[in-house]
Amino acid sequence: MNAPTYNFAYLDEQTKRMIRRAILKAIAIPGYQVPFASREMPMPYGWGTGGVQVTAAILGPDDVLKVIDQGSDDTTNAISIRKFFGKTAGVATTTSTTDATVIQTRHRIPEASLHAGQVLVYQVPIPEPLRFLEPRETETRRMHALAEYGLMHVKLYEDIARFGHIATAYAYPVKVNARYLMDPSPTPKFDNPKMDNCAALQLFGAGREKRIYAIPPYTTVVSLDFEDHPFTRYRFDAPCALCGADNSYLDEIVTDDKGGRMFVCSDTDFCEQRQAAGHHGTESAAPHKEKAHV
Amino acid sequence: MYVAVKGGERAIENAHRLLAHERRGDRDVPEVTLAQISEQLALGVDRVMTEGSLYDRELAALAIKQARGDMIEAIFLVRAFRATLPRFGATEPVNTGAMQVRRRISSTFKDVPGGQILGPTFDYTHRLLDPQLAEGFVPEQPMTADASQAATPRVTDILGRDGLIESSPQADSDAAVGDLTREPLSFPADRDLRLQNLARGDEGFLLALGYSTQRGYGRNHPFAGEIRFGEVEVEFSAEDVGFAVPLGSIELTECQMVNQFKGSTTEAPCFTRGYGLAFGQSERKTMSMALVDRALRARELGEEAEAPAQDEEFVMSHSDNVQSTGFVEHLKLPHYVDFQSELGLLRKLRQEFAEANEAVEMQEAAE
Amino acid sequence: MSELSSLDNDQPLLVAEGLAKNYGRLPACRDVSFALYPGEVLAIVGESGSGKSTLLQLLSAQLAPSAGRVSYRMRDGVLRDLAELGEAERRFLFRTDWGFVHQDPAQGLRMGVSAGANVGERLMAVGWNHYGRIRDTASTWLDRVEIDVGRIDDAPKTYSGGMRQRLQIARNLVTEPRLVFMDEPTGGLDVSVQARLLDLMRNLVSELGLAAIVVTHDLAVARLLSHRVMVMKGGRVIETGLTDQVLDDPREPYTQLLVSSILPP
Repeated sequence: MNAPTYNFAYLDEQTKRMIRRAILKAIAIPGYQVPFASREMPMPYGWGTGGVQVTAAILGPDDVLKVIDQGSDDTTNAISIRKFFGKTAGVATTTSTTDATVIQTRHRIPEASLHAGQVLVYQVPIPEPLRFLEPRETETRRMHALAEYGLMHVKLYEDIARFGHIATAYAYPVKVNARYLMDPSPTPKFDNPKMDNCAALQLFGAGREKRIYAIPPYTTVVSLDFEDHPFTRYRFDAPCALCGADNSYLDEIVTDDKGGRMFVCSDTDFCEQRQAAGHHGTESAAPHKEKAHV
Repeated sequence: MYVAVKGGERAIENAHRLLAHERRGDRDVPEVTLAQISEQLALGVDRVMTEGSLYDRELAALAIKQARGDMIEAIFLVRAFRATLPRFGATEPVNTGAMQVRRRISSTFKDVPGGQILGPTFDYTHRLLDPQLAEGFVPEQPMTADASQAATPRVTDILGRDGLIESSPQADSDAAVGDLTREPLSFPADRDLRLQNLARGDEGFLLALGYSTQRGYGRNHPFAGEIRFGEVEVEFSAEDVGFAVPLGSIELTECQMVNQFKGSTTEAPCFTRGYGLAFGQSERKTMSMALVDRALRARELGEEAEAPAQDEEFVMSHSDNVQSTGFVEHLKLPHYVDFQSELGLLRKLRQEFAEANEAVEMQEAAE
Repeated sequence: MSELSSLDNDQPLLVAEGLAKNYGRLPACRDVSFALYPGEVLAIVGESGSGKSTLLQLLSAQLAPSAGRVSYRMRDGVLRDLAELGEAERRFLFRTDWGFVHQDPAQGLRMGVSAGANVGERLMAVGWNHYGRIRDTASTWLDRVEIDVGRIDDAPKTYSGGMRQRLQIARNLVTEPRLVFMDEPTGGLDVSVQARLLDLMRNLVSELGLAAIVVTHDLAVARLLSHRVMVMKGGRVIETGLTDQVLDDPREPYTQLLVSSILPP
């Protein structure tokens, strides 16, 4: 039998070169979706194959890798991907945002600000921001080529007409470098401002849809809005129950079946660092107190 | 006290251990061997090779075993392995006209040069469950005869001699062979890429689309010109050797549909072709593929293209079951963050709705 | 009107020269030449199959001619061959300086999107970024085409046929184009609805000083809206002149038949 053997970081070098070329092109044209010949990966399409291919193509032996899913290092898919690179590339892994050189993420941007030299790799399910307004790829590519983005504004207009404000909570569209309309992947719009003028390189990989796009460091990223209905961030108005942070994005945890719930940081590393530094929320400050049931 | 969920790593390891246990099943029952799968579940192996795009019976059998009989999972395993293989080049085009035919039928002519050869087929069996097969059944030896020396030319070539069917497009031998696993796909796609996409496409999806053309959604009046199954030689032309080196033989099924075409102002009416090709004995797959291939040529032939099967972007973007299953199943992944955003938005909208209604009610009460 | 713009009016806005279109061996349109001046309304009349719809598509650069060319005077005053415009320029022209009113409003509107957004889309496409102002402008235009402003948030799929057609006109005119193409704009509407629409269109065209090319098989539409008429038959222009002249005193036998309404539409 042909017993399979694998290269460093799984992908063969030819494939890595092909992906790197796509990445370079993406960096040269910020926000433009570069088609690439996405490979079948040993995890299913839709589970981060785009991000994994980008990470595999840029990873070197000295890199320190962090993988998060929903902001957490310890969700099953994050663990699975981290283990994959631990096994196939033998690189050091970390949960610390600051210590990592490459961070692969799904659905969040870390709370701690990123620094120069870091690369943030996003897993992207649907790269095309216009897809649900126009299902045809041939048509959306033409719209990008001609910068015809009126349709996107029609959607935002409709939101305001119907709800009084823009009703897009995540995957909130942005304009990159005043040219291309871009989908930031399904991150909450709370994270959008972190993309603007960011010191780190941001790479986006969509495996199933076979697209790579990028935001080079210190690039302007503007969330779409109207002058009289400006973009606003959203977070649940409560401090984190564990670390007391009042400026982080929160997960809602259902604690019982009687309506009990609490809110904690979605970025687990951020939360743990704060707790280690002596910050406490209501839950962790009083660990012995019985939970109040209604 | 609430502690952020930990222990995912342990959970994954334990889940995989349990999966291995379940895969083995009752340990008192003998383990199935790859040879058993390859020999006795041969059509399943054929499908995994076809949609996995890799001709290797043993690996396909291993994939089926590892996937516990889940065909799409097995195809996925084969594809993921294939993606890591270096690519040396493309073989010479196989000559299906010189196929060592094991089965060959045409529904367009009662008899054809070389004859109709029924071969191993479910056709004309009565679909009655056979209790004999449950255990220990020893079938009779098949009938044999001396191999016929008669050539078995393709039926479409016979039609082609009178110009009744469009000529088979001849590939430019210097042109690079398109490969959508190496180059990103863009639309409109050439027919070589479309055929590659269909060959890798999900049998069920193509079957449903092909069926839809028969029911009127992009009707193209098909006849099964010929379906043939057998062995063909594969040759590889290595540049440094300077001539074609035989690599061995593989089993293929080929289907050529003959379809009506009413002609246009510049072209005389003639039959047109739809083409299907697959590894092993995969008749349903090749027939469906041929129907869809022909449907996708609507624009090229100046026909109205309104049915789903005629929509290149729709068909090619959704035919791949490894892609489809990944994205459908990714819904199992955590979506806490985007769900939380939606929840926040929904609460806000509901509150605004309630406030607006309250205001109206108060106003009405005041009036 | 200022001195300058009246000077401009001496220059043609759109010029067609030797236009032809063949479908395979079938000529759909043969050797059509004319000039259209700012503020002028030209009606193209003829029975179905006469080539008038093909001609409209050629003139609006939606179809490439087999021979001849169409030139348009851009806002900078330069006359340019439409075939030489890039796709971006052509599409920009289409959403700013031109309008196109389809016979079937569903082709010219986004049926599932509110009336306000339908009218506002062109403004947003050219960079308007103030919701309040977009909405105010949309309201003004709904009012001008006699649609109740209270219906601004309803989608056209809830509108009657006449309302849809008026909404389509508002959507086209909001960027104050200089030229509007109309393809059987009253086709498929009840007679009473047609009359109201024609009246509205006539007022708008004269208020805005619009140039228009109207394709119609209905001579009443031509009479009410147009200054000049071109009669087409078998892909050729067989008679052309001032509307009153052609309709009251047709020279060609075919036109005489048309005018006496013997020919089927």
